[in-house]
Amino acid sequence: MTTVTHYLCIGCPLGCRLEVESEQEQIVAIRGFSCKLGKEYAAREHTDPRRMVATTVAIEGGLWARLPVKTAGTVPKDRVRAVCDALHRIHLNAPVAMGDVVARDILGTGVDVVATRTMPLIERPP
Amino acid sequence: MITAKTAQLAGRYDVAVIGAGPAGIAAAVAAQAAGCGRILLVDREPEAGGILNQCIHSGFGLHQFGEELTGPEYVSHSLAQVDTRCVDVVTGTFVADIAPDRALTLMGGETGVRQVQSGVVVLAMGARERTRGAIQIPGGRPAGVMTAGLAQRFVNMLGVLPGRRVVILGSGDIGLIMARRLTLEGVEVVGVFEIMPYANGLGRNIVQCLHDFDIPLHLSTTVVEIHGNDRVEAVTVAPVDEALRPILSHARRIPCDALLLSIGLVPENELSHQLRLRMDPLTGGPVVSSTLETSMNGVYAAGNVLHINDLVDWVSEEAARAGRYAADALQGRHPPADNVRLVPGDNVASVVPQSVAAGREHTVFLRARHTFEQSAIRFGEIYTKKVRYVCPAETIAITLKPAFLDRFPGGALRIDIYPRAGEAE
Ligand SMILES: Cc1cc2nc3c(=O)[nH]c(=O)nc-3n(C[C@H](O)[C@H](O)[C@H](O)COP(=O)(O)OP(=O)(O)OC[C@H]3O[C@@H](n4cnc5c(N)ncnc54)[C@H](O)[C@@H]3O)c2cc1C
Repeated sequence: MTTVTHYLCIGCPLGCRLEVESEQEQIVAIRGFSCKLGKEYAAREHTDPRRMVATTVAIEGGLWARLPVKTAGTVPKDRVRAVCDALHRIHLNAPVAMGDVVARDILGTGVDVVATRTMPLIERPP
Repeated sequence: MITAKTAQLAGRYDVAVIGAGPAGIAAAVAAQAAGCGRILLVDREPEAGGILNQCIHSGFGLHQFGEELTGPEYVSHSLAQVDTRCVDVVTGTFVADIAPDRALTLMGGETGVRQVQSGVVVLAMGARERTRGAIQIPGGRPAGVMTAGLAQRFVNMLGVLPGRRVVILGSGDIGLIMARRLTLEGVEVVGVFEIMPYANGLGRNIVQCLHDFDIPLHLSTTVVEIHGNDRVEAVTVAPVDEALRPILSHARRIPCDALLLSIGLVPENELSHQLRLRMDPLTGGPVVSSTLETSMNGVYAAGNVLHINDLVDWVSEEAARAGRYAADALQGRHPPADNVRLVPGDNVASVVPQSVAAGREHTVFLRARHTFEQSAIRFGEIYTKKVRYVCPAETIAITLKPAFLDRFPGGALRIDIYPRAGEAE
């Protein structure tokens, strides 16, 4: 028996409506994409959905109290919350440079978490 | 030079750019590339970057930088193009006034009031969010009611949560992004409520911000009352009928301690009003020519101050044109004046710029009034473009080739968007 599953592509703001036709867990056709990324996304989403994670970690000594960070690659969708919870336990001190690794191989996903901005140390009067 | 002290600035500049968001940065970089020697880039915030500093999610930069960046990364890539030998970036400084002779009054927290003179001015003040007053929700005035963008700043920069159990009103992208953001910070997001029968934000945000976290989206539903004295205690929501009137017999009360509003942006045009620029009621921004010059000679505008954009890449592209045209004018290069007035017709909510000229290529930004799966955009008799999907929440960018306009005698050119029958490709 064939089943058709619908997805909305998150690859870019176009938001293509994707259709994956499968037979006994095997993908037999993908429709509705308008680029290579869309086709890949549909197949991925059907078998192993993954997401980029962007969140913040606590930082002291910088202009702001939070440092924005992201996963350098995608992690399994069902690990997103756990990744954020793990990052909540991290406290950094300025300075930090954009691209600095904040957590290596987060939760064993094989993916690093990196800073997405530079946060210089601010001289504050004591 | 990068400084927070207005006292260190020169008395005269070739180009002054008001607002150092993506629009202002791109305008300054373009003016620098066009050979302007003295450029001033002013922002009231303690650092350049504008609203993108708080937009920590990714989805920016695919067009401009060929990769998907977060907001802060986009800022950093943009700022890397600024040559601080010819651009003075002054932060923590508010532009309080622009005189018609382009004398700017600057107010800096560190050094007080200062006047500088500029040859040309680019307005890039961005937008501000619509607040509770704009939709007049009845009820008390407790703490905990705020715009989604303010909550975004609280969470992403200041490290403060807006509440523990939050209701979001309005399905604009900022509200959707905040629904996910708060969930990941351990806040309970009860739901997103939208008065219209369709969501306002991008489909990809509905999927990755709401569906991924099982956050319900309630369409055709609005908040009709806010409860609480010191702090929000609950809101009452009700479905609406076709005329968007709440059906109070079906109202229900939802306990919560914060209400976020994601109900749209308005261009920030106090300075434009002070300058008495001609404004377009459809965009809320100044009327501009194809060179992005406002009704006042030597004053240009780009980015959200001109019209609300949903893609920052287009903001940078548009602002770069404004910066280049401003520099051209300063150096005595004036392209032929516009001879075609663009007039919004059926289903067109707004058009920018409001006029164009034959002989050059133009990028025209449109907003549709309705959603069509398949549509066509008609520029009078001269050009029709098929577009796959249009909706009010998304800007449509159309390139007008010189070949089309050269066939047009000049005058008013009407633009219509109409639905097209037929299957999806
Ligand atoms: C809360 C919020 C969230 C958004 N999220 C997204 C998103 O996720 N993705 C996306 O593509 N777009 C998003 N947008 C749209 C975004 O605004 C545009 O993409 C882009 O940032 C607009 O650039 P801009 O330079 O025109 O304005 P802004 O980035 O708003 O910059 C304007 C700058 O001008 C300064 N300014 C204003 N008036 C003065 C004055 N009188 N004196 C000195 N300085 C002044 C302000 O401080 C600000 O830094 C968001 C907008 C808002 C308001």
